[in-house]
Amino acid sequence: MSETSAFVIFIAAIFTNNILLTNFLGLCSFIACSGQIRTSLGLGTAVTFVMVMTTILNYVIYHFILVRFGLVHLQFIVFIAVIAAFVQLVEMFVERFSPRLYFALGIFLPLITVNCSILGASLFMIIRKYSFIQSVGFGLGAGLGWGVAIVLLAGLRQKMRYSNIPEPFQGVPIAMVVTGVLAMAFMGFAGMVSIQ
Amino acid sequence: MANDKQPACMTCSPKGLCGGKGLLTLKEGAWANNPLAIQVLGICSALAVTSRLENSLVMGGALIFVCVGSNLLVSLLRKCTPHRIRMIAEVGIIATFVIIFDQFLKAFYWDMSKQLGPYVGLIITNCIVMGRAEAFALQNPPILSIIDGIANGLGYAAVLAIIGFSRELLGAGEIFGYKVLSGEWYTPNQLMILAPGAFFAFGIAIGIFNWIRGPEPEEKKP
Repeated sequence: MSETSAFVIFIAAIFTNNILLTNFLGLCSFIACSGQIRTSLGLGTAVTFVMVMTTILNYVIYHFILVRFGLVHLQFIVFIAVIAAFVQLVEMFVERFSPRLYFALGIFLPLITVNCSILGASLFMIIRKYSFIQSVGFGLGAGLGWGVAIVLLAGLRQKMRYSNIPEPFQGVPIAMVVTGVLAMAFMGFAGMVSIQ
Repeated sequence: MANDKQPACMTCSPKGLCGGKGLLTLKEGAWANNPLAIQVLGICSALAVTSRLENSLVMGGALIFVCVGSNLLVSLLRKCTPHRIRMIAEVGIIATFVIIFDQFLKAFYWDMSKQLGPYVGLIITNCIVMGRAEAFALQNPPILSIIDGIANGLGYAAVLAIIGFSRELLGAGEIFGYKVLSGEWYTPNQLMILAPGAFFAFGIAIGIFNWIRGPEPEEKKP
């Protein structure tokens, strides 16, 4: 694993190993916030930013504190605390220094704490034994991949508002089926690069 | 409390402090307000681990354990938790139970732990556990909270088992690893094991669930 370049991991995290479409992470907010393209763009940006930063933070904490002192079994609680604290910090910072950005991004920030793709990215980073540069590439790629997927679904759902869907399938069920088709389309990238 | 358990009246309102409250809670969580099929919470893990029936059952068990444990502890501590820090307290409690389960799995079922990968850790961000702690355990006594935890865990596990069963059956032609559908008349459809199959199976499962329940007046559209 260690010889894979960070750029390959970055590309693979967007297309072939999309964190949403192949690993099913971050589905809750994916379904809930994919009504409009504009909203999902904002959420995608926020997720990308937080994911890169928390991957870096968690990498440093994991390798320099938890491993050194033999506290690896506490990784879950430490990671989620880091994510929650970071999101809170960013929210306060943005609110203080850039009110415009706060109104564009701010409402999505609290949602991100419970977005499982953020925690998932940190856990994958540990399980796949990435180096620091690889982790940065992975965090960036996973965040962008998540954003791409949610914007695509938002576009599809905007169109679907005019279609005639059977009563029991309206809302979430049809969104899931459409996501399945999307995931099939992304499987077409599979031959390009692969990480696992 | 023991007398309260008699299912004296099932028709009373959920708010009334009469007879079948425990039973009502159980029914509410497992069927009428099923966390996966009706509220659509915690779907991430539900899709990721359901490629095999065995994994689905382990994951269902994990959720029951974590949900019951965290509901009990949150409910016991509900009087002395300051309102402002309740979220972080809940996350701490949930993470503790997840770590216990993860260590248990690593110690006794290493293969299963390897297969589930990061998804055991991701129970922390599973909205069901957090949602029940926030919505139910903070307002209710411990025993009722345990029942609520069991009910919601069971509801989750049941839907997981159904999806896992259909995906393993159609995708590999196996149940628990034993060949069931094979021979010349059925070719396993690999797609059901892969990612898209999970989305299809889950979407169709919710659709059928909605269809069985009939046209419920669900007007609130996000």
